[in-house]
Amino acid sequence: MKNKFSLFVVVIFLSFCFVIFYKGLNTPNNYTPKVNEKKNIPTFRAKDFNLDSHINSDEIFEENTFYIVNIWASWCVPCRAEHPLLMQLSKNQSIKLIGLNYRDNYDNAKKFIDDFGNPYSRILIDKDGTLGIEFGAYGVPETFLIDKNKDIIKKFVGPINQEIVNEIKSIIK
Amino acid sequence: MKILKIFILLFLVTNFSELRSDEINDVLKNKILKNIRCLICQGQSVYDSESEFASSIKLIVDRKINEGLKEKQIYQFLREKYGDWVIFDPQLNKNTYVLWLLPLLLFLFGGAIIYKKIILNKK
Repeated sequence: MKNKFSLFVVVIFLSFCFVIFYKGLNTPNNYTPKVNEKKNIPTFRAKDFNLDSHINSDEIFEENTFYIVNIWASWCVPCRAEHPLLMQLSKNQSIKLIGLNYRDNYDNAKKFIDDFGNPYSRILIDKDGTLGIEFGAYGVPETFLIDKNKDIIKKFVGPINQEIVNEIKSIIK
Repeated sequence: MKILKIFILLFLVTNFSELRSDEINDVLKNKILKNIRCLICQGQSVYDSESEFASSIKLIVDRKINEGLKEKQIYQFLREKYGDWVIFDPQLNKNTYVLWLLPLLLFLFGGAIIYKKIILNKK
């Protein structure tokens, strides 16, 4: 009876360990960002792309307006692919687009905007990538949707596609 | 001459103390960077990586230290941005209870077996 009980305890314990390690094996061993986590927009000060001046985040984001913050660079190939969709979104009156020019050369970025069009109501310069870190980005392109309460409500890692554009449109409706 | 000596002494004291404070900040910065995971690299810390992400994190950590933030506050800042995964050393929370307590349970379980087999059998 005693031996049976010991065996039972050992089996339960080993099963417990097996389940834990099996679950651990199925967990991806790389970074998977949380895309639906609600966060406040960071407070920062950044240089405006078109003006020779700095601006505070409080002056950029107003309440009761939806914003998209798009991290882009002229050297980033996927940014070119998503650019027509950003141009399409910029025609929507309910949303404003803010561009974060990530680790880029000014002349190349200017040429990119001149060639492909400017969907942004304001472009900020992120020369050293630290502004992207403040937003919780880890690459380029990345897009953040900010709601009327100045909260980041969605994060899209990689280039946006038509499906994402439709999703954004349905949220801001 | 005496004034000059005092001046030199003051100069040395103030400069050495500044150097010391810089060194302390560097040690702290390196300690923090070694404990931050480079999210776009394979198993590398931010300290070891030369990627753009790592270099931006290095700048941010440097800035936060100069702003007077403590080590734990910097980790908290990064956790808020990227989650627990960004820090190598996991905190004790509901997701890591098993991780922290399993070795202890195994130790107790093993200890109980040894106690039962050796001590009780001797008696």
